[in-house]
Order: sequence, then structure tokens, then C-alpha cells
Amino acid sequence: MPEFNLIYTALMIGGVIAFVMGTVAYLILAERKVAAWVQDRLGPNRVGPWGLLQPIADGGKMFLKEDVIPSHVDKVFFILAPIVAFSTALLSIAVVPIGPSTPPPAPQATVAEYEAAQAAYQETFTFAIQPGLDIGILYIFAIGSLAVYGVILAGWSANNKYSLIGSMRSSAQIISYEIPLGMAIVGVLLFAGSLNLETITDWQSQHGWFILFQPLAFLLFITSVYAETNRLPFDLPEAEQELVGGYHTEYSNSMKLGLMLLAEYAHMITTSFLMSILFFGGWSLFGLENIAGETGIGALLLRFGILGAKVFGFVFLFLLVRWTIPRFRFDQLIGLAWKVMIPLAILHLLAALLVRHFELPYFALTALSVLLFFIAGAASVRTSSAQKTRRKQARSATREHATVGA
Amino acid sequence: MTFHDALFLILATASAVSALGVVVSSSIIRSAIWLLFMLMGVSGLYFFLGAEFLGAAQLIVYVGGTMVLVVFGGMLTTRGPFDHVPVGLVGWVLGGGLSLALFALLVQASLSFVSHPRTDTALPGTGPLGLTLLGVPETPGQTAYLLPFEIVSIHLLVVLIAAAYLARAKRRPTSTHPEADHG
Amino acid sequence: MVEFGFPAFLVLSAFLFACGLTCLATKRNAIGILMGVELILNAANLNFVAAARFVPTFRLEGQVFAVLVIVLAAAEAAVALAIFLNFYNNHATVNVENATDLKG
Repeated sequence: MPEFNLIYTALMIGGVIAFVMGTVAYLILAERKVAAWVQDRLGPNRVGPWGLLQPIADGGKMFLKEDVIPSHVDKVFFILAPIVAFSTALLSIAVVPIGPSTPPPAPQATVAEYEAAQAAYQETFTFAIQPGLDIGILYIFAIGSLAVYGVILAGWSANNKYSLIGSMRSSAQIISYEIPLGMAIVGVLLFAGSLNLETITDWQSQHGWFILFQPLAFLLFITSVYAETNRLPFDLPEAEQELVGGYHTEYSNSMKLGLMLLAEYAHMITTSFLMSILFFGGWSLFGLENIAGETGIGALLLRFGILGAKVFGFVFLFLLVRWTIPRFRFDQLIGLAWKVMIPLAILHLLAALLVRHFELPYFALTALSVLLFFIAGAASVRTSSAQKTRRKQARSATREHATVGA
Repeated sequence: MTFHDALFLILATASAVSALGVVVSSSIIRSAIWLLFMLMGVSGLYFFLGAEFLGAAQLIVYVGGTMVLVVFGGMLTTRGPFDHVPVGLVGWVLGGGLSLALFALLVQASLSFVSHPRTDTALPGTGPLGLTLLGVPETPGQTAYLLPFEIVSIHLLVVLIAAAYLARAKRRPTSTHPEADHG
Repeated sequence: MVEFGFPAFLVLSAFLFACGLTCLATKRNAIGILMGVELILNAANLNFVAAARFVPTFRLEGQVFAVLVIVLAAAEAAVALAIFLNFYNNHATVNVENATDLKG
């Protein structure tokens, strides 16, 4: 682990937070612009050229608006909830390498060799607040599992039935989807042999991206991520049409609501980074592996650009999916997690174990992954058609019953 | 005072104050939230001690799993929005006195320990820990812990089944329905 | 100049233990008592990890025991909550003083 330097770390934290906040502010504008584009409208275009100053206007409005705390709420938790939501969203980015990275040294044969490798690693610069943390991705999951408290506290403290229903739905959803989220990446960890994000990136730049070997794991991961971030098609906790605003119903449109929304978008950015790093090779790109050893400013900028483009692609996908797929029903949502995704994740893990143990070529896992996906699809089509015929029979039976009764 | 000591003081104070909060707050949900902060403080102390895997495990298993259950349990069983169950004076005197006596005893015992110097070698990380639990000792001759690991796994399976059995939805007897009787 | 070593952790853990004991003694809500148990388990766990840091022969063992304790605590909480919810279904309360059905 590189030596701890207070000033450097503080600067890094400030830089990353500024970067995330700025991106989040413009994400909200981008969300509205994409929505307008999908629905063939213009979108916000009054403040500044093409509406580019809209985030500043929104932020100013949120800061200046009167902060109403309703009299029937539990005040401590009401104030605490946005803080919890926001701080967990920001904390989890600490181990994500936001730029080109070098992996920490693997254990060497002798202590002297290891120390030399460590010393060389100390010299290199990695664009992460805490590079070289052994438990890397586990830390992100640990912090992510705290995020549910922001929702629970907001719903409970508001003392309002819409909020409570929204928060109960949300916590059930977040807890259910944490399981496939964690299990989907175990296959990745098995092959990379490390929990450290930098090592995982390095493995992919040598052997190829994980999306090529484990497409099913990526599908499970991205679905769980959409559920974890409460985005459509899984945005039941705040389904406007049924629950007013879900768990943030009682928050007036002030900075507390703003923190809740910012947390959601910050979460989107972190998970986009995770998807690019875990499955799409981070800053590596086909044909550009040879720049891995170069240290010039041009190579550095190029790697930044590659990672940034991948992250931007995932964020854009988030925004686009919102306007393409309708919302799930709640029983379908929980059923999807427990009856489809967790068994699939277990089967996929089994396949990964087999390939790893018998040292089959990596593309055997791709084949198994795709095969599993089609088997699951066929099974779900069969059960749903069986359900449909059963329902039809039941309906005709009741109709007969009704005519006999008449 | 070094940076390390300041960090320890902050984490320890946060944990201790939160633990006190669990005891004194009379609403069960508030107790649960105080306990939540206590658990976070303790996991911070694990990180401070260099046991990163344990800190993360504490956050994932305890805070993200167990405490959510406890908070749900509290929400499902409280009556009224902010249910308070005050504790009588006798309870405070008896329970508090007992605990204070025990605390004094433990403090006396722990201060009599010879302070070991802090070794700056890193604690064994995730790899050695996992290998030990799978029966591969770190250095030959050391104990490995495969059997406890297996026992815990079986125990977890038993608990999973038991909890599902205990918490299943009961089917109400239908024959007691008034309209079914005179049919 | 104060050096916070092993005794500091032991004192903190003793404090957490005492808090847990007070919880067990004073709370009448079954879930409150469960929280007291969690406090006590965490106090013990803190001792294990501190020992892993400060006692050279205990570096691995302390962590192993702490992992086992965390897992067992999670299992214990799950079963206890299932029992409490069952009790609540039958008695509409989780006050342990009403749990007197098995008494003669």
C-alpha cells in the first residue's frame, strides 16, 4: 500500500468530489435533454446557450428555497437520512481508479524482492484516493450496503404512508438485489485472482475483457445495478404514479431533497465506473495494449479518454433505458431477483469454477454463459405459457360455473 | 499526539457514545440507529487496526444484513408512530449499578495487562485468512480452522431452514368461517 | 504523550460490554434485548481483533475467531427475530414480561 500522505490524500479527495459533483450536476441536465430527445421535445434551453447553465439555476433554487420540516416527522432521522444517503454515495468512490492505474505487486519468492517491488509501486502514481487496498471491491459493497439506511430512515421518519410503503419496497428491493450483484462478480474475481480493482484491470489488459468471457455475469450485474440505483425499470420505491414521491415525499424541494437526488446520480457514476472496470477492461482497449508501458502525457490522456468514454457510454445507457422500458410490478421484481437471477448466478459461478479448475480455454466459459442464458430463457417462456394456459382454464371454469349457476 | 492516536480517539469516542445511546434511548428504532452507528464505529476500528477484511465483513454482514432485519423487526412490532417504553428508576439503578461494577472490574483487569508494543507488520490479509479457514495453515505446524468453518456452514444452513420455518405465513383454519358453517 | 495500545482497546471493549449488559438488564422490549446481545458480541470481537494486532502469536487466530463470531451473530439474530415476530403474531406485543405462557 503506498505511503499515506495527508495533504496529497486531502487534495485527491477534493478533486474527486469536485469531479463527481460537477458531473452529477450536468447529468441532471443530460437526463432532461435525453428525455426530451427520446420524446421529440426540445428540453431545457432557456438558461444560457442550449440550457447549459440550467444546473446552476437548479442548484441556486435548491439552496435558496425555504427548508420546511413538517411538524409530524421525527426530526433527527429526517435530517439524518439525506446525510446518510449522500455520504455513502460519495464514500464508495474512494477505491475506484478513475484513471490509468498500475497493479500492486503480487507476492514474490523472497522478502527482498517483494520489498523492491513495493518500493517501485510506491513511486508510481495511481488515480485513486486509496490505491492498493487489498479488499478493493469488497469495500465498495460494504459501503453500498449502508445506502439502504438512507431510504429506511427517510421513509420511517416522515411518518406518512406513501413514504413508508416506498421505503419498505425499496429496502426489500435493495437487499434482494445485493445478492445477485455480489454473486455476479465472483466469477470475475476467480479469474483475476484479486479483489483489487487495479489488478482486475491489469488482468484484462493481458487476457482480454471479461465481457467476452462472462457475458451472463455482466447481464446479471447490470440488472442488479439498475435495481440498486433505483432507476427505471426498477424505480418502484419512488413510483410517482402510485406513491407520490416514495420515500422522499415529505422532503420539500430544498437541499435535503437535493442531497437525495445527488446521491442517486453519484451512485450511477460509481456503478458506471465499476462496470467499465470489471467487465470492459478499464482504460485498456484492443490494439492499444502496447501503450500500457508508456508514461508520456499523450498515453496518459488517451487512457483517461478511453475510460471516460466507457463510463459515459454506461451513463448514457442509464438515461436511455429510463425512457424505453416500463416499470416492473413489485412481485415480478422480487420474483426476478430470487427465482431467476440468484439461481442463474449460482449456475454461472459453477460454470466458472469448472472452467477454472480444469483449465479449459476461456472461451469455453463464454459458450457456457450463453448456453445458460438460453436455457433460462426457454424455461421462463415455458413456465409463463403454462401459467397462461392455467389461467385460461381457470377463467373458463369460472365462466362455466357462472352459467350453471344462472 | 500523533495522527494515529487522534484517529483512535475519534473512532473510540464515536463507538462509546453510540453504545451509550443504545442504552439510554427509550424508542426502539432510535436504539437501533444508535447501534448502527456503534457498529460502523467498530468497523472503523477494525480498519484502523489493519484488519480490512473484517471491517468490510462487519459492514456487509452486520450493518447491511443483520441490522436491516433488526430495524424491520422494530418497525413491525412498534405500536403507534414513535413508541416509547420508558425504564423505571429501579431498573436503572439495578442494571446500571451491576454494569458499572463489572466495568470497573474489567478496566482494572485490562489496565494490569502489560502493554505490548504495536507491531507495524501488516496483519495477514484476505488470502491467508481464507486459506486458514480452508485448512491450509499459514506456516506449517500452525493450526488451521477447517472444522469450525464446516460447522459454521452447517449451522448457517440449519438456521436458514429454521428461520424460514418459524416465519412462514400461517394458513388460517377455514372451517371456523361463519358462512361455511350453515352451508 | 499518551500512547494508545492494547489496554485502550480493552477498556473500550469493556465499556461496550457494560453497555450491552445494561441493555439486557433494563430493556423490556425483546428487540432491545437482542441489541444488547449484539453489543456484547461486538465487544468480544473488538478484543479479538485488537489481540490479533498486538499479540504476535495471535495474528491469524484473532481474525478467524472474529469472522466466526460475526457469522454466528447474524444467524442468531435471524432466528431470534423469527421467534419474536411469531410471538408478536400471537400476543400483539414483544414485551418480554408478557412471555409467561410456559410458566406453570
